[in-house]
Amino acid sequence: MKKRLGKVMAFVAVSIMIMSVTGGCEAAKEDSTGDGDVMQMTNVSYDPTRELYANYNEVFKDHWKEKTGQTVEITQSHGGSSKQALEVANGLEADVVTFALEGDIDVVADAGLIEPGFTSEFEHASSPYTSTIVFLVRKDNPKDIKDWDDLTKDGIGVITPSPKTSGGARWNYLAAWYYFEKQGMSEEEIIENITKLYKNVLVLDSGARGSTTTFTENGQGDVLIAWENEAFLSMKENPGEYEIVVPSVSILCQPTVAVVDEIVDERGTRELATEYLSYLYSDEAQRVEAENYYRPSDTDIIEEYAYDTSDNVITEVPEDGKWIITNIEMTDIEHFGGWPAAIDKHFNDGALFDQIYEN
Amino acid sequence: MRVRKNDGPVKWVLITISALFLFVMLILPLIYVIVTSFKDGVQYFVNAITDEYAKKALILTVWVTAITVICNTVFGIFAAWCLTRYSFKGKKRISALIDLPVTVSPIIVGLIYVLTYGRQSAVYPILKNLDIKIIFAVPGIVLATVFVTLPFVAREIIPVLNAKGTEEEEAAALMGASGFRIFKDITFPHIKWSLLYGIVLCAARAMGEFGAVSVISGHLRGKTNTLPLYIELLYQGYDFTGAFAVSSVLVIMAVCILILRSIFEKNLIKNKD
Repeated sequence: MKKRLGKVMAFVAVSIMIMSVTGGCEAAKEDSTGDGDVMQMTNVSYDPTRELYANYNEVFKDHWKEKTGQTVEITQSHGGSSKQALEVANGLEADVVTFALEGDIDVVADAGLIEPGFTSEFEHASSPYTSTIVFLVRKDNPKDIKDWDDLTKDGIGVITPSPKTSGGARWNYLAAWYYFEKQGMSEEEIIENITKLYKNVLVLDSGARGSTTTFTENGQGDVLIAWENEAFLSMKENPGEYEIVVPSVSILCQPTVAVVDEIVDERGTRELATEYLSYLYSDEAQRVEAENYYRPSDTDIIEEYAYDTSDNVITEVPEDGKWIITNIEMTDIEHFGGWPAAIDKHFNDGALFDQIYEN
Repeated sequence: MRVRKNDGPVKWVLITISALFLFVMLILPLIYVIVTSFKDGVQYFVNAITDEYAKKALILTVWVTAITVICNTVFGIFAAWCLTRYSFKGKKRISALIDLPVTVSPIIVGLIYVLTYGRQSAVYPILKNLDIKIIFAVPGIVLATVFVTLPFVAREIIPVLNAKGTEEEEAAALMGASGFRIFKDITFPHIKWSLLYGIVLCAARAMGEFGAVSVISGHLRGKTNTLPLYIELLYQGYDFTGAFAVSSVLVIMAVCILILRSIFEKNLIKNKD
């Protein structure tokens, strides 16, 4: 009995060792890039783009195969945009980064991995697709929410994440600001209205996905201020429970993409990585983006997916896939003097948002 | 032992409370996991667990667990031997330090490695020159897992070695047996069941490790996503059924480990008698 046990253990130990050695070799093989005709690349992205890049990668693989005859394997990584940016800065080897905000790419650039001027490397300030901020309300819109000023009324429960921690929430805040500005209000009046709006906020989550869950799963509030693509995803997941209301004005959110210079030079994947990002602007890719509820940058493609009523309410996800409400006026971050200036004025410690929230 | 008649109600109240507690804390959630994973039908369950990325995550988890167990078994035996058979200065401190990994929060473990081996550390250029990747790669995951499961094997063997004393080994040494021979013929037979028990605990913990691995993995799909990380990914992607299906695979693995554990435990007790 004793001897048998010893033999069994020896056998297990030896087989595990053999397994680890072969496994290690395999892992090492997989790690090398440009192995034969298989190219490897890594795309580090943010949370809501999983479905988008799962689809786009298939399209791009075919395109690259056709163009060069090589097979590409693309590895995806998703997580909170700022967290992902930090990981790349700390050594997560990404050939391309596709983040929610230009500011998150700045983090990688500041670490010396990306050369300055990345926003002019691709068209439309390196934003191949955009999104905007809309309202998600409960079915039949019981509180009759149409536009930003409705959010300041008494008895409306608003759900939005905190602009201190969430990129999406900063867009929400700036979109609201722009609406009141458009009404011809002075800065004092704008601040007064935004204060009213944030007084109506029931739960101030730390991230966009958290807010969506608060609104949908936990049933809190009357209106969720959300990314357009997140709002459509919620409608698709829970058919017949929500409606999307597109306000009269909103903000053009520009997720930014960039090639990570240091990594592609090291791995010899610059050509592949550059093509990966520039093909995001092709008609084929732009349609993939539209099908995943991102607004394409090509105006002709937007036309193809344009919602065909003048109404600003979407009660169910259009079956023909035409969802883009074009009847909306959008400002962009340039209106606020770019991200550094906007952050300085509104979101830093002790800046406007802190004052508003304290009241 | 006879049970006194008047402690009847106390006994039943205690049993009810523990049973209720177990039910609410453990059984109900487990049932929920299994039921939810079959909510969209058996086919969906099969698809979810045979998905290419799910398989890769499973294989990676098995590898990491295997390597971790080997490292910690070797380390555990050495450390236990050293702490029970030699006396030296600072022995008490080392003995206490061995427990550090289970008392420190796993996220700190992850961050420590990111800071030590990450791009901004001083070691990074050297590693880069040697073409060694640690963090955001498999070695980092192994490192973090080894760290958090470090004490399990040693902690199981140390009490047995202490209880056993050194007489037999000393006698064998006097008779001229080599160190290895002493270990093989005298020490090992005593510790083998507690060693196996420690290995099982170590494997169970290594399989499920989330915190430290999450910080250090980089979440590269199909490359550095272990099963627990993959489950989180599915869950956040609104694929609740898929997440629960893969969770139940992990639960089944844990149950297997549990069965092994009780077998070893039985033998451990038998051996002590």
